[in-house]
Amino acid sequence: MGTNTISKPLPVDRDHALFLFREMLRIRRFEEKAAEMYSLQKIHGFLHLYIGEEATGVGAMQAFTQDDAIVATYREHGHALARGMQASALMAEMYGKATGCSHGHGGSMHFFDASRRFYGGYAIVGGGLPIAVGLALADKMQDRKRVTACFFGDGAVAEGEFHESMNLAALWKLPVAFLCENNLYAMGTALTRHQSQIDISLKARSYGMDSTSVDGMDVLAVEAAAKQAAAYVRSGNGPFLLELRTYRFRAHSMSDPDLYRTKEEIEEWKKRDPITLFKARLREWGLLTDSDVAQIESEITAEMEGAVKFAESSPVEPVEDLLKDVCARVKP
Amino acid sequence: MTKMTYREAVRAALRKALRADPRVFLMGEDVGRYGGAFAVSHGLLDEFGPDRIRDTPLSESVFVGAGIGAALGGMRPIVEIMTVNFSMLAMDQILNNAATLRHMSGGQFGVPLVVRVATGGGRQMAAQHSHSLEVWYAHIPGIKVLTPATVSDAYGMLLAALQEPDPVFIFEHATLYPLEGEIDETAGLVDLNRAAVRRAGRDVTLITFGGTLGTTLQAAERLAEEAIDAEVIDLRSLRPLDTSTIVDSVAKTHRAVIVDESWRTGSFAAEVSAQIMELAFDNLDAPVARVCSAEVPMPYAKHLEAATMPQVEGIVNAARSLVPHHG
Repeated sequence: MGTNTISKPLPVDRDHALFLFREMLRIRRFEEKAAEMYSLQKIHGFLHLYIGEEATGVGAMQAFTQDDAIVATYREHGHALARGMQASALMAEMYGKATGCSHGHGGSMHFFDASRRFYGGYAIVGGGLPIAVGLALADKMQDRKRVTACFFGDGAVAEGEFHESMNLAALWKLPVAFLCENNLYAMGTALTRHQSQIDISLKARSYGMDSTSVDGMDVLAVEAAAKQAAAYVRSGNGPFLLELRTYRFRAHSMSDPDLYRTKEEIEEWKKRDPITLFKARLREWGLLTDSDVAQIESEITAEMEGAVKFAESSPVEPVEDLLKDVCARVKP
Repeated sequence: MTKMTYREAVRAALRKALRADPRVFLMGEDVGRYGGAFAVSHGLLDEFGPDRIRDTPLSESVFVGAGIGAALGGMRPIVEIMTVNFSMLAMDQILNNAATLRHMSGGQFGVPLVVRVATGGGRQMAAQHSHSLEVWYAHIPGIKVLTPATVSDAYGMLLAALQEPDPVFIFEHATLYPLEGEIDETAGLVDLNRAAVRRAGRDVTLITFGGTLGTTLQAAERLAEEAIDAEVIDLRSLRPLDTSTIVDSVAKTHRAVIVDESWRTGSFAAEVSAQIMELAFDNLDAPVARVCSAEVPMPYAKHLEAATMPQVEGIVNAARSLVPHHG
């Protein structure tokens, strides 16, 4: 596509395009900052980075309203940011601070935000799916036109909970949008080495559930497909499974030496970096200038540095409060 | 006061809750058309319809998880799990989600879910339907574990559980379903934090819960014939545990026998024993004794099953051995 096609209507308006670009870049820079802080031993435990998968979370999140519910995985930093959670609250959570989005109880894998109906990061693979089914059941039983968006990875489709959830959601026609971020690896085990049927969208159909697959490196394609899926679910047709074909550029977690895939494979996928691709398209369409990029970059840098400062300067929860939230009521 | 069976008492509580609160619904395997594997929910489908009396597939993990999700979404679900052995299939949802969500989310999300689980042996159901795993649940912070042993508690504890903001697991011993007793439908909510003294006595404290309360009361009567006056405590709730009722009793009797249908190693009896040691050591005149199930997968044959589970004779012997001049 060259400048001679500029007279055709663009698939996206400038404000929205810049918003999507900025959201993806925020996630990228947040994750880079998290990795840096992990290396400096400011952040501990597991850290699973979303780098390479930004188009799936950002694109898909555009399909859901603030009334809808989000259920995510342990690789949920991108979902949380795209849902509108503050980078500072997420960074503080990873620092284990009281100002963190889970008061330092959850860490990187367990972000929660009741005010945004963000029902959390689940770190037992597949464990969030039954929760999503139940949230959707509550909506259906209370006649609410809400959708529950449930993110999970390709690894989850090997779990019994995936199959139980597919079946029950389809059987009861529950409003769940199942969003499978297929990054081709269940930790270090390639999809082809853990699945007899590697077309994940086909699995939904065996439960009588409609499904489709989309290029997860193309944010506009993801957004369009997710909006279709959400509209389908919202209008009472039951659940839908959308497979987002993506790739993570970094290792599974910070402690993964990444021995199970080749450098060539990673480099090949990096040519399809969702941010680079989108930036190039926006330039081509005349929607993004070098100075726009510089300005966005500098704003995001300031945001992430602010998040680190906030986390650094935040207080920790007092140890006296250790047991406070185990139950709502303590034994009298 | 109304006379009814334990089964009818659970059903009466379910009916009352379903009538009182549109957010309450029951789901589980065969709770609807079949009427419940133990006929607890018989007739409820006709009154409340399939939306609120939901038959589920044989998918313990998703229907317990869906109960958690529905509770998060503002409903008051009651999930029935056919036997405690089947509940193992839902353990991920129970431990990793139901019990953790409030704390892990920094107090943002609570899970007001009630799960009813049939438990225990004594019906020749062999090694995959008969175990008594309440102690596994009692190990978990973040949930409540109730063991109604009487008709009145079967009714009252379920209604009280539905007022709790956190997950409550109610273990219904399957041999209790035909038990007859009385309920007071006008009584207020029962206090889930208190154990009950079911028989007052001076010489030895017999501590038990759930399906072994009846056996333990029988043992107390046999001991009375030998002039040993046993006090019987029904724990009612394993988590939270009412240690003050235990300690008060041991302070009086100076001897304790714990009767628990679970396997001895790591049993709930072990926990109670440790609590007595920590809180009432100076009051003890004899070591704490335990009567538990033999450490074997539950056998089918009647005589073997009986030999596995706590019986009157074993409880009497344990108590007798602690009391002077009866050892």
